[in-house]
Amino acid sequence: MAGEIHARLSGVTRVYPAVAGNPPVHALGPIDLELRRGEFFSIVGPSGCGKSTCMDVLAGLSPPSEGEVAFEGKPVKGNVPDGVGAVFQEDASFPWLTVSDNVAFGLRRQGVDGAEIAKRVAYALGFMGLRDFAQAYPAQLSGGMRQRVCIARTLVLQPRLILLDEPFGALDAQTRLLMGDELLRLWRETGATVLLITHALDEATMLSDRIGAMSARPGRFLETIETGWPRDRDSSMLEGETFGHITGRLWQMLRAESKAAMGYGSEPGQADREAG
Amino acid sequence: MTRLAWIRLAIVFAAFAVLEWLVQSGRISTHTMIPPTAMVTELWALLASGELTGDLVQTLSNVAIACLLSVTVGFATGAGVHAVPRLRRALDPFLTTYYAVPFFVFYPLLVFIFGMNNLPMIAIGFMFAVVAMIINTLNGLDKIPRVYAKVARMHQMGRLATALRVQIPAAMPNLFTGLKLSVAYSFIGVIAAEFILAPGGLGYAISFAYDNFDNETMYALMLFILVLVTAINMTLHSIEQRLLRRQGL
Ligand SMILES: Nc1ncnc2c1ncn2[C@@H]1O[C@H](COP(=O)(O)OP(=O)(O)O)[C@@H](O)[C@H]1O
Ligand SMILES: [Mg+2]
Repeated sequence: MAGEIHARLSGVTRVYPAVAGNPPVHALGPIDLELRRGEFFSIVGPSGCGKSTCMDVLAGLSPPSEGEVAFEGKPVKGNVPDGVGAVFQEDASFPWLTVSDNVAFGLRRQGVDGAEIAKRVAYALGFMGLRDFAQAYPAQLSGGMRQRVCIARTLVLQPRLILLDEPFGALDAQTRLLMGDELLRLWRETGATVLLITHALDEATMLSDRIGAMSARPGRFLETIETGWPRDRDSSMLEGETFGHITGRLWQMLRAESKAAMGYGSEPGQADREAG
Repeated sequence: MTRLAWIRLAIVFAAFAVLEWLVQSGRISTHTMIPPTAMVTELWALLASGELTGDLVQTLSNVAIACLLSVTVGFATGAGVHAVPRLRRALDPFLTTYYAVPFFVFYPLLVFIFGMNNLPMIAIGFMFAVVAMIINTLNGLDKIPRVYAKVARMHQMGRLATALRVQIPAAMPNLFTGLKLSVAYSFIGVIAAEFILAPGGLGYAISFAYDNFDNETMYALMLFILVLVTAINMTLHSIEQRLLRRQGL
């Protein structure tokens, strides 16, 4: 079981076609990525480097311009495969539904019976700390809580692969660490494979089995780092020495890339050469 | 009722009281205006006698038809135009200048085409209302965050399910505004047309009363239309506010 490939990108690139006078955008790749079943994998990289694009391609939402995508051994072609759940960077909670109806949305689509829906929704709400807000509308919640609604909506469907695109971007650093602990608990309890996209290096280091550091656009993996954490871990990792090493290593790789992404002139890929 | 609602009611009553006093004390001649209390009693008599029923039914059914047509055609047109960005860009200037056209000037033409029946009035009400629905449908669809389409696809939803379960609910505040305006504009269109030339209806009844120096009937009918339209619009407005507030808009 360990090491079994759960999802795979092989030689994937994504070029957004030209629209309305804008030239085509080469957003991603070519990249290769193998997610092992049950692992926690994070992608870090400067903004605009193609992380969200990578997630869309993996989920089957966006076709790769080149290369192959596979989930559980089957090619992903133009459709979202069963068993994949995603939480997007933008707030995607539905403002016309209560929190509890938001969370039940997918289960109702699948025609799950009422009692089962109620049970699973109650569990997911409890898990995400939203029990007291079941009848509230998203507009009454903070951005971070709305993102938790979206996580709960995905979680109830019991996906085997969970894709999370900067889900804690709207939160302050402390709350983010706590949400990280929740995420680890979710990951352990569900046994799902998790792909987390984040721009926070400490978050990636604390949560992941492996971390892929991405170059400035078009995003490619500079290096993949194994953290070697035990499965049973939490934010107390932050105190250890290894944590500092890994975070430092990531920063070293991404510094030049982030500068390039901000337009400070360094060539993308330079960090790659420095590191190598 | 909220405090604000009481204040509004008090303002309306005060206005009526002032008008009553102005007319009763002879500061406004009874040839020009009748006292509000007389309007109410006259209206009550009219309604009780059943004299008004025919006109009322005619106006309301014309408004209802115009409104129903403009909401369905407006929504369908808005959704269709939204799906073709090029067509959208081509039509935008027409949509934004549409209400600058005094299309009541076409009314005689419509009577000529359709004949002296309910169709020209329905047509005017429709023409007046449909574009408000188109514009609000476009606004509503424009405001749907792109990420909702991704969520729909993550739930393996097809086009129809996405439209019914995601796009229409997401656009609902604007669609409802379109509906509200369509109701108001249908009323304006139909009653104004009845005023100009019609075989019956509330607008026709008012103009008939005016031509025959029948102030009592004229003012009673004006009061009736005012109360009717205000009641309908306030109901729609409060539903709209609830929709908006729930979504934090
Ligand atoms: N639909 C699109 N059409 C054209 N360009 C896009 C589209 N989506 C993203 N891009 C561009 O692709 C690049 C990568 O975007 P994205 O994957 O969102 O980056 P990240 O998530 O790493 O910040 C950016 O330059 C962005 O502007
Ligand atoms: Mg992104």
